[in-house]
Amino acid sequence: MPAVSKGDGMRGLAVFISDIRNCKSKEAEIKRINKELANIRSKFKGDKALDGYSKKKYVCKLLFIFLLGHDIDFGHMEAVNLLSSNKYTEKQIGYLFISVLVNSNSELIRLINNAIKNDLSSRNPTFMCLALHCIANVGSREMAEAFAGEIPRILVAGDTMDSVKQSAALCLLRLYKTSPDLVLMGEWTSRVVHLLNDQHMGVVTAAISLITCLSQKNPDEFKTCVSLAVSRLSRIVSSASTDLQDYTYYFVPAPWLSCKLLRLLQCYPPPEDGAVKGRLVECLETILNKAQEPPKSKKVQHSNAKNAILFEAIALIIHYDSEPNLLVRACNQLGQFLQHRETNLRYLALESMCTLASSEFSHEAVKTHIETVINALKTERDVSVRQRAADLLYAMCDRSNAKQIVAEMLSYLETADYSIREEMVLKVAILAEKYAVDYSWYVDTILNLIRIAGDYVSEEVWYRVIQIVINRDDVQGYAAKTVFEALQAPACHENMVKVGGYILGEFGNLIAGDPRSSPLVQFNLLHSKFHLCSVPTRALLLSAYIKFINLFPETKTTIQEVLRCDSQIRNSDVELQQRAVEYLKLSSIASTDVLATVLEEMPPFPERESSILAKLKKKKGPGAVSNELEEGKREGGELNGAGERPGDSSSTPSPSADLLGLRSAAPVSAAPPSAGSLLVDVFSEAGPAAPAASVNDDGFLRFVCKNNGVLFENQLLQIGIKSEYRQNLGRMYLFYGNKTSVQFVSFTTTLNVQLKPVDPLVEGGAQVQQVINIECITDFSEAPILNIKFRYGGALQNLSLKLPVTINKFFQPTEMASNDFFQRWKQLSQPQQEAQKIFKANHAMDTEVIKAKLLGLGTALLDKVDPNPENFVCAGVIQTKSQQVGCLLRLEPNAQAQMYRLTLRSSKDTVSKRLCDLLAEQF
Amino acid sequence: NRNERRRIGRGKLRLQKWYVALSDTQKKKISREVIQMVLARKPKMCSFLEWRDLKIVYKRYASLYFCCAVEDQENELITLEIIHRYVELLDKYFGSVCELDIIFNFEKAYYILDEFILGGEAQETSKKIVLKAIEQADMLQEEAEAPRSVLEEIGLT
Repeated sequence: MPAVSKGDGMRGLAVFISDIRNCKSKEAEIKRINKELANIRSKFKGDKALDGYSKKKYVCKLLFIFLLGHDIDFGHMEAVNLLSSNKYTEKQIGYLFISVLVNSNSELIRLINNAIKNDLSSRNPTFMCLALHCIANVGSREMAEAFAGEIPRILVAGDTMDSVKQSAALCLLRLYKTSPDLVLMGEWTSRVVHLLNDQHMGVVTAAISLITCLSQKNPDEFKTCVSLAVSRLSRIVSSASTDLQDYTYYFVPAPWLSCKLLRLLQCYPPPEDGAVKGRLVECLETILNKAQEPPKSKKVQHSNAKNAILFEAIALIIHYDSEPNLLVRACNQLGQFLQHRETNLRYLALESMCTLASSEFSHEAVKTHIETVINALKTERDVSVRQRAADLLYAMCDRSNAKQIVAEMLSYLETADYSIREEMVLKVAILAEKYAVDYSWYVDTILNLIRIAGDYVSEEVWYRVIQIVINRDDVQGYAAKTVFEALQAPACHENMVKVGGYILGEFGNLIAGDPRSSPLVQFNLLHSKFHLCSVPTRALLLSAYIKFINLFPETKTTIQEVLRCDSQIRNSDVELQQRAVEYLKLSSIASTDVLATVLEEMPPFPERESSILAKLKKKKGPGAVSNELEEGKREGGELNGAGERPGDSSSTPSPSADLLGLRSAAPVSAAPPSAGSLLVDVFSEAGPAAPAASVNDDGFLRFVCKNNGVLFENQLLQIGIKSEYRQNLGRMYLFYGNKTSVQFVSFTTTLNVQLKPVDPLVEGGAQVQQVINIECITDFSEAPILNIKFRYGGALQNLSLKLPVTINKFFQPTEMASNDFFQRWKQLSQPQQEAQKIFKANHAMDTEVIKAKLLGLGTALLDKVDPNPENFVCAGVIQTKSQQVGCLLRLEPNAQAQMYRLTLRSSKDTVSKRLCDLLAEQF
Repeated sequence: NRNERRRIGRGKLRLQKWYVALSDTQKKKISREVIQMVLARKPKMCSFLEWRDLKIVYKRYASLYFCCAVEDQENELITLEIIHRYVELLDKYFGSVCELDIIFNFEKAYYILDEFILGGEAQETSKKIVLKAIEQADMLQEEAEAPRSVLEEIGLT
């Protein structure tokens, strides 16, 4: 037993703890615990009423047992009884037990709330604090319901003790976080803001956390806090290190409060009032100046506290991004830290510089530190620091230093930690493409990448190099030569074989003049790798072989022999066998002309955003699925198709046609004569002017998570919808059913964009169909309006319907693992990238139904990603013609409260907002 | 916005405090994961770790590790000093604190934490004021318990 057991009267507890610690084995411990549990249970059940002290002791023992990791299923009642004791110490243990082991048993919650209520109104500050601590620790919705109205009153009341005010502020913050709808500041707002002026620094420290959180959600209501915060900060910053007495921490005046003040200011744009702004700039300058002063203490606490303020100040400077002078000074300061002996500072400096690199004012200043950063990448012993260095190199890269940075990253890759290789590979590939001046450098870089880190080179990377080579004829010869040389290596990565097979198959002829790379040499080189490769690569190689037959007739017999041998033509893999058989036939039956047409050189790929960039975005944040996946794979498939119909010259690979994504659109039974079909660029016009009055959107929201159903129905007319979407294209079938036995005449439909007319007559009981082709040009929030007019028995009918075309229809689901998800989530941390709503459930909270809806939304529902299994997280990419927008979604149900919290993050604020609005109506 | 803070001694959790509502199983799982990660760190490595969408800030004092999981935008250095201030408070209260003090007086460790940090945010950063609050509470405790004799104590264990 330790000598110190200050103020502790519970000897029994100490003895018990000693016993447990003396237990030699886990079994002995469990035995001792079970004995104790039995003892306590019998005491609690016994006839003899226990006195407060014993109750306290036993409850405390239970708590200890629980903290050891054992389950406790009784004693709650006794703990609640302790709450109403008027002995402080008993009450305290009772509250502690409740805080640690709270159980949402409604019966108990009522009793607990009662006890809290009594303590809050006791006017005894110690009791009030205990009660407030308990609310803050538990923070349940029931407590919010019971106390959210009372606590603001306590917080601003003139006669409340300081310590109670502090507890009240943070208690309210906790309740606001759990149940923002219940915490209404309204009339209290200005008095709460004025707590920033309180004389007691502790009160300010506690209150500012509350104010910051409230400001983030309602910036306008709290904006008066800006000038108060600036003057408070200014007073602290200019105070001598001893002025603030106990709030000075290792010679640094009020570091916590300073950081919080600077953080609060980051919720707002730079102050408009010139005087306030001047004062703030002065503060920031003083903070930067102080960093240059010699330290007042050698203790790490001193420098940590001082630098904590400095980093927060730099964060504010970056947030404003408007003071070039301060930005450059911040950058220089961080530059000093890059070489600091404290690992922590180097880490933070690298991290912070990363954001500075994206500001136009400081980008150049950041670049001057390139050597130091490269050195960090090479020499740092801690992988997390190296990761930061790699991030920073990526962020500071531009045309002027791309070659150097890419070279350094490549050489780092050789020894890089496995955990960060894939991301590094993507970064190198992107930088190489983005800043490529001559494409031979680009090709070299990517081939090096494959050589050094082939395993981490994803499909997108090698697809992309092929796309670029195909699109630029100035680099094709070089690429063929380089890849030929690379394949000479005795062991080369399978990805290299893929690139080699593809490029030589297309452009091998460009180097065939050199006897060292004659057609047969090329073929033998490729074929020497064949047997070591996986099925997809072999399939690709077979296609390369048939291309060889076309390019170099002299290789025909050799290749035919290879195709003919048993291991090909009878291969157990269907795909390989089919290719071998078909290519063999194709090469022997088809005339040279036909062969030449079938195997014509690949046409250029449509220029679009690099698929690797999309991939990195996917890894790093704005998720994006590569649609080029299809393109890369097309090669085999198309040729395969050609083989099945030898001689059919119309089967020339025509890749770009089906890339538009309608390839597998359901067979359109040549639209009935009445149907209008027209590609309507519904969303290219900025905000189609919607007829303001009486647009029917009842059905609209029901289609957010589904594609088919009845959009509208009245006594006369039923309108059904069937729709399908693929990437940024969609097709919608509208079915107008006449429910009456009388015909509708002059039946017209207009969309607020052009639309081909439907048949003006709808026979009684008949249905006409209309097809609308949709292309999503850019993201949008307004839905197109469909106007329908017709005459029914002479009376003119007029209808306006919102067509259920919503942005989420263009979702492509994205699967990802937990780590990726959160990494991307974090990347999208700017306030405007996030949209959040908290709302009451409109339907029963059935997990399966929620899942179905989220899937219907079009995103991928990610399993086992969120640490809380109750939550749902989804990821997807919205495909528009102009860009792809990665979106992450998190839905947190709170079954108890029948509420949901929905958070959307995406790279585009309008998308986050729109999705959030749409989805909030669905549950 | 501290999500949790805990101290670990040789892979054993001595004290934990959660500022978000999670189920017991989740808490156990998270604790295990974090303990593993932190124990795997070598000295001289930086004190910050990225973990899911949070950052773990940790510091080692002899055999005890103190960890906080904070949100991404929190200030790492000031969080380190939160840990240090808490250790100072324990130290001052117990008089050169050791792991045993925390084991035997876990309830005190909780009270000190509650006085210092509430709902994950610093409530009172002045050492004097926090300690005064705890001492006052101890006074109340002693008054209440003075009349109890040692013999009674033993009889009741």
